[in-house]
Amino acid sequence: MSTAATERAADAAASAPQPLTMAGALNAALRDAMEADDRVVVYGEDVGPLGGVFRVTDGLQARFGDERVWDSPLAESGIVGTAVGMAMYGLRPVVEMQFDAFSYPAFEQIVSHVAKMRNRTKGHVSLPMVIRIPCAGAIGGVEHHSDSSEAYWAATPGLTVVMPSNPADAYSMLREAIESDDPVVFMEPKSRYWSKATLELPVRTEPMDRAQVVREGSDVTLIGYGPTVRTALDAAAAAEAEGLSIEVVDLRSLSPFDDETVGASVRKTSRAAVIHEAAQFGGYGAEVAARLTERNFFHLAAPILRITGWDIPYPSPKLEEHHLPTPDRVLDALASWEWDLA
Amino acid sequence: MSLNVEHHETRVLPSEKPLRLLDNAGHALHGRETGGFELPPVETLLELYRRMVIARRFDVQVTALTKQGRLATYPSAYGQEACEIGVISAITADDWFFPTYRDSIALLTRGLAPAEILQSFRGDWHNGWDQHAHRTASMATPLATQALHAVGLAHAARLRRDPIVTLTYLGDGATSEGDAHEAFNFAAVWQTPTVFLVQNNQFAISTPLARQTHATTLADKAVGYGMPGYHVDGNDIAAMYAVASAAVERARSGGGPTLIEGLTYRIESHTNSDDPTRYRQQRDVEHWKRRDPIERLEKYLVSEGALTDVVRAEIGEAAEELAARTRDAMSEEPQLDPLELFDHVYATPRAALAEQRAALEAELAAHAAHVAHAGAAGVPAR
Ligand SMILES: Cc1ncc(C[n+]2csc(CCOP(=O)(O)OP(=O)(O)O)c2C)c(N)n1
Repeated sequence: MSTAATERAADAAASAPQPLTMAGALNAALRDAMEADDRVVVYGEDVGPLGGVFRVTDGLQARFGDERVWDSPLAESGIVGTAVGMAMYGLRPVVEMQFDAFSYPAFEQIVSHVAKMRNRTKGHVSLPMVIRIPCAGAIGGVEHHSDSSEAYWAATPGLTVVMPSNPADAYSMLREAIESDDPVVFMEPKSRYWSKATLELPVRTEPMDRAQVVREGSDVTLIGYGPTVRTALDAAAAAEAEGLSIEVVDLRSLSPFDDETVGASVRKTSRAAVIHEAAQFGGYGAEVAARLTERNFFHLAAPILRITGWDIPYPSPKLEEHHLPTPDRVLDALASWEWDLA
Repeated sequence: MSLNVEHHETRVLPSEKPLRLLDNAGHALHGRETGGFELPPVETLLELYRRMVIARRFDVQVTALTKQGRLATYPSAYGQEACEIGVISAITADDWFFPTYRDSIALLTRGLAPAEILQSFRGDWHNGWDQHAHRTASMATPLATQALHAVGLAHAARLRRDPIVTLTYLGDGATSEGDAHEAFNFAAVWQTPTVFLVQNNQFAISTPLARQTHATTLADKAVGYGMPGYHVDGNDIAAMYAVASAAVERARSGGGPTLIEGLTYRIESHTNSDDPTRYRQQRDVEHWKRRDPIERLEKYLVSEGALTDVVRAEIGEAAEELAARTRDAMSEEPQLDPLELFDHVYATPRAALAEQRAALEAELAAHAAHVAHAGAAGVPAR
């Protein structure tokens, strides 16, 4: 086959329903976004021939050339800071931070410039850029490879912060993030990279600023995002056997927070718990619990619980199972409420 | 990357003695000290002189207004005019400039209005001018961060095949920041058309250069990145302009970035809230005052017969006119709309922000009603 024919065949195969991992779905989203808009450029550490350490950028350089996809010097502040200049000039850079904890050298650029540029320039400069951050743990990573940094970003006005939990959302939300005129911190839960779904591309799920009820239930609302949606679903399945009906909400977007969808669920069940891997103290769950309480106090039968990692630096691989919230820990927490079963 | 140009010879060590084209007495120099650069034509130098005189008048005026409390703060560039004006004069209106908080007078030369330049120091808004119209970014306060923006924009322009150059200014202290290193390195690896001016005014607030770097000159740093570096007498605008023009031309023709160090001195304090007597000797200040960049060029221009009394008077009038305009601009209280606080946070509207905007609107309305009621009841409105 000619190269063009091979590519056409590959494209046809891409749109037919096929099992895709989340990493594969993200890869397809990048490819389709670059195809659709030649302003989209992709760079970062090892994203070229290697395709990124998680292969999310696999094959993109071969397809689009090294003026659209390239390996940058090893410098996170440099990657984000140059993306600011590129976005100012009309490109739509999608940059990769190799691992969550290695995004910290870029903290200043993200917080002081990416988040504020539109505001400080009275709307004259928008920064349509996406900062992809593989995040969270449960992959046996050594130190600095399993952090949950979402609360830092979510606490920063000017940023949009999203985290998909499944391949369909991963595809859809990344396309949407790239199309957004606002800068998006796009967090990718590493432990879900290899989760699979059969998808017909281009799949478009709910808008990325909406939370989604991924399991209906009547007694309790479990709120998770990214890796803990799986934990919540497993807990819900286990609880069913005990006659407890659990509704699971996947937040999808951490900033903005979808008060409407989550609030409706909480008012329906009157009980809620939020689950995340990050430490509890000052964590994102505190925000969730506080805003839900402020808006729904008289609908609540019990205080909102947080089931989280401990307030410790992320542990070594052999101990991480003791840190991460498990379905059992979720069920134990729910049992701590005084249940008036009458 | 395929945009890479061939490697240029960049291993030339900057000279330890700063390059100069005019000595302190305003005499044209020849030979080694000039580093092979030519003295710009006298008409060009006269125009640069004019810009420096006007810029200094502006700087002095704004410092005075700050002392009167019209501005919250102002970082003066008194004494640094040759760096500020010489280098910005080497780029065109199509090129992009990425300034720091110190570079108000470069912005003035760039054509921004006093009210635009000073809005952040007065406290109106951080940086509200139209950056694309002026091809001039906001003044950056986090040190060295803007240098990366300059490199990124230059790279984007190259990808588009637009022959523009980006220019960014940094202080000597800023060269210690990681972002300065990252910007130099990215620019050299990507061969972006970027000119870095390091204004070595010898202090970072109170920290002297010797506590900032162990390098012989800041221009030496360029060598390690694989780009040319020039150590220039920052009070000689002829040299600053000539070196910058060559760097801009090289950048525009695909020759990559250049680092220029202008060796100068900050005559004023860091900002109005700083007490320089705690960390420097008045005799050093006096020494540097005797090396004033404007006086040096003036001597040359007078000796060439280019600066007549008529021209001098005309420049003086233009400077006074600008000072008056600056006073006027700062004497009017800006009309600010508190609700605009919510207007420029996201391009995509957010429900939560709309709620908060409505809350502030209600607060403002309640306050206005209270004031009106108090007025009606004969209580003096506060
Ligand atoms: C990242 C960062 N750290 C600290 C500061 C506080 N600060 C403002 S100006 C300054 C000194 C900068 O000195 P230099 O780079 O030499 O520039 P100059 O003010 O002398 O022009 C410092 C420490 C800052 N603005 N940004």
